[in-house]
Amino acid sequence: MIRTPLRPLAQILHARAHGENPDSIQRENARLRNEAARDRARSRAEFRLLLLGVCFAMAFATIGARMGMLSSSVPAEPQSAASGAEVAAGRAEIVDRNGRILATNMTTNALYAHPKIMVDPGRVASELAEIFPELDAADLARRFTDGRSFVWIRRVLSPEQLQRVHDIGDPGLLFGPREMRLYPNGRLAAHVLGGSSFGAEGVASAELIGTAGIEKAMNDRLSDPAQASTPLKLSLDLTIQATVAEVLQAGMTMMNAKGAAGIVMDVHTGEILAMVSLPDFDPNDRPNPLVKGDAADSPLFNRAVQGVYELGSTFKIFAAAQAMELGLVNPDTLVDANAPMRWGKHLIKEFKDKNYGPLLSVRDVIIKSSNVGTAHIALMIGPERQKAFLKSLGFFEPTKIELIEAPGAKPLIPAKWPEIVTITTSYGHGMSASLLHLAAAYGAIANGGVMLTPTLIRHEGPVTGIRVMRQDIAAASLSMLRGVVTDGTASLGDVPGYEVAGKTGTADKPKRTGGYYKDKVINTFASVFPVSDPKYVVMVMLDEPVETSSSEPRRTAGWTSVPVAAEVIRRIAPILGLRPAVEPIPLDGLTAVSN
Amino acid sequence: MMRPAFAVVAFLAVIATGFWAYRENYQTQNALRELRDLQGDIAALRESLSVQRAEWAYLNRPDRLRELADLNFDRLGLMPMDPSQFGHIAQISYPALVPLTPNLTDAVSVSGTEDGGGL
Repeated sequence: MIRTPLRPLAQILHARAHGENPDSIQRENARLRNEAARDRARSRAEFRLLLLGVCFAMAFATIGARMGMLSSSVPAEPQSAASGAEVAAGRAEIVDRNGRILATNMTTNALYAHPKIMVDPGRVASELAEIFPELDAADLARRFTDGRSFVWIRRVLSPEQLQRVHDIGDPGLLFGPREMRLYPNGRLAAHVLGGSSFGAEGVASAELIGTAGIEKAMNDRLSDPAQASTPLKLSLDLTIQATVAEVLQAGMTMMNAKGAAGIVMDVHTGEILAMVSLPDFDPNDRPNPLVKGDAADSPLFNRAVQGVYELGSTFKIFAAAQAMELGLVNPDTLVDANAPMRWGKHLIKEFKDKNYGPLLSVRDVIIKSSNVGTAHIALMIGPERQKAFLKSLGFFEPTKIELIEAPGAKPLIPAKWPEIVTITTSYGHGMSASLLHLAAAYGAIANGGVMLTPTLIRHEGPVTGIRVMRQDIAAASLSMLRGVVTDGTASLGDVPGYEVAGKTGTADKPKRTGGYYKDKVINTFASVFPVSDPKYVVMVMLDEPVETSSSEPRRTAGWTSVPVAAEVIRRIAPILGLRPAVEPIPLDGLTAVSN
Repeated sequence: MMRPAFAVVAFLAVIATGFWAYRENYQTQNALRELRDLQGDIAALRESLSVQRAEWAYLNRPDRLRELADLNFDRLGLMPMDPSQFGHIAQISYPALVPLTPNLTDAVSVSGTEDGGGL
């Protein structure tokens, strides 16, 4: 482009010749030039605006079209995304603390029928009745022919049954895939696991829901799809559980007991390593609850958690510990133990009307299990303080264990708390609690005075609890409990090398009609081991045991629960990796050199 | 001169990209089909894995292991764990000493090596 000069020489000269002002020419040219520049800028800006508008319009059109397409199209699974394990698992597995499976899922099939497309309903009905004995051919045939278009036949099929149904070959018989809950260990830990069944059912799938135990208590966690691929890890140890169950079963038979329960708990974390209740059941084929009679007679009844019993003399240590904590006594203080003791219209006697008195040290009260001595200690403490202490040990509320049965097992507490209740409660009569309550309270003594919540879920890292007694009081109480085993009522409970401490408890069973049975007892042994560094509490309870090896039947815990608990400890301690404190075989100096 | 050459090149480019797109399309479809098959295989394998895990747990249930240990007691001699089975390191005898009978005819063996082999 050739630029027009502002002052073209020809025009300037011409203007000068005519006496005009040449500056006006310059101004005119400058104006023209400015106008041209302005027009160019405007058209450029207009073009840019247009371009921008078109871009926006296209973007919005794309978004709108995409939204329309998404809303009108059929949703499809992304084909190229990687599939995870969660697709396979409908309900999370349950494993023990070492990862061994306690509950898992298995794929199986449900059987249903479309009678409308069935070729020969009569033949199908009779052949199905042959495969499944519980089905009635006539009833099936009626249901196939009364005009309905859909019939459920079986919820789960074994592979053999599936094949036999296939072999009938009728197009009206159809299979629906099912996830089935499987407990591979059978009866083991049945009361903890509980059981499961189908919830909402459809042809293509069915929901698995827990019906009892931890399956029901943790149902939300187990059926949460986000956590389906992470198994629920329990604190139970399958090996310990199996060993405790085996020993308890043998002990129950030997002691002619009606039932038995056992708990092994880690005192530093509150984790339950084993929880056994006998008789038990198979969670794969859960029996129906009893419709009449005592629920405690059903194998479904968890004696360790649901059974609230008077726990007998196992309570005495709490009175002794509290009196020491309050500074009322020390282990060597002599207390009145002159039996029988009269309190109002009540007569407090010792076992077999013995008299350990007139005076006993607190230590000997525990070792000899003196009711009268404990009663005097409890009277020193007084009702209010005794109640507060038992409350801090958790005896006034249901345990918080992760079982659906736990909240229903409320301890039975006397409504009023006069001094006679103080006396009877001090030796474990008049108030009832479960074996798990006792395990938690003994755990507090064993771990140095900190009350922990017993749990069935595996915990990583430290746990916190509430301090209920001083460390030195807990240690003094433990040494008394050790005395019970070395010199007292639980002498059969000594396991060489493992320093068992514990307290026996024998309580008469209450009659339904009031009063107590003379010859039916609940025997409990609450033990802690090893005393020098307490790690575990072992609770063993036998229901209506009687030891018949001598001329007269013996029903005290020292003869029934204690030897069973000792065998439990002897068997599980090596599995728990505890070395016996004494060397089992004296060292032979010559073995160091061979040949 | 320039224009026809450009047209030919553009025509060839269209054919080439068309051929490339055709091939890519079929390769993608093949890959997706293969992926579907693989995912089916994975699902089936996962299912059989869970069945086998359940079976493993079932076969390893403590009741059965105890029975098997009792049945095969003659061969295995397995007993329940017991406190007396804990030993002390000093109870383990030293390994038997290897008798020192060097083969004097083999010069290399007799001369020995730095890490104690030979004589």
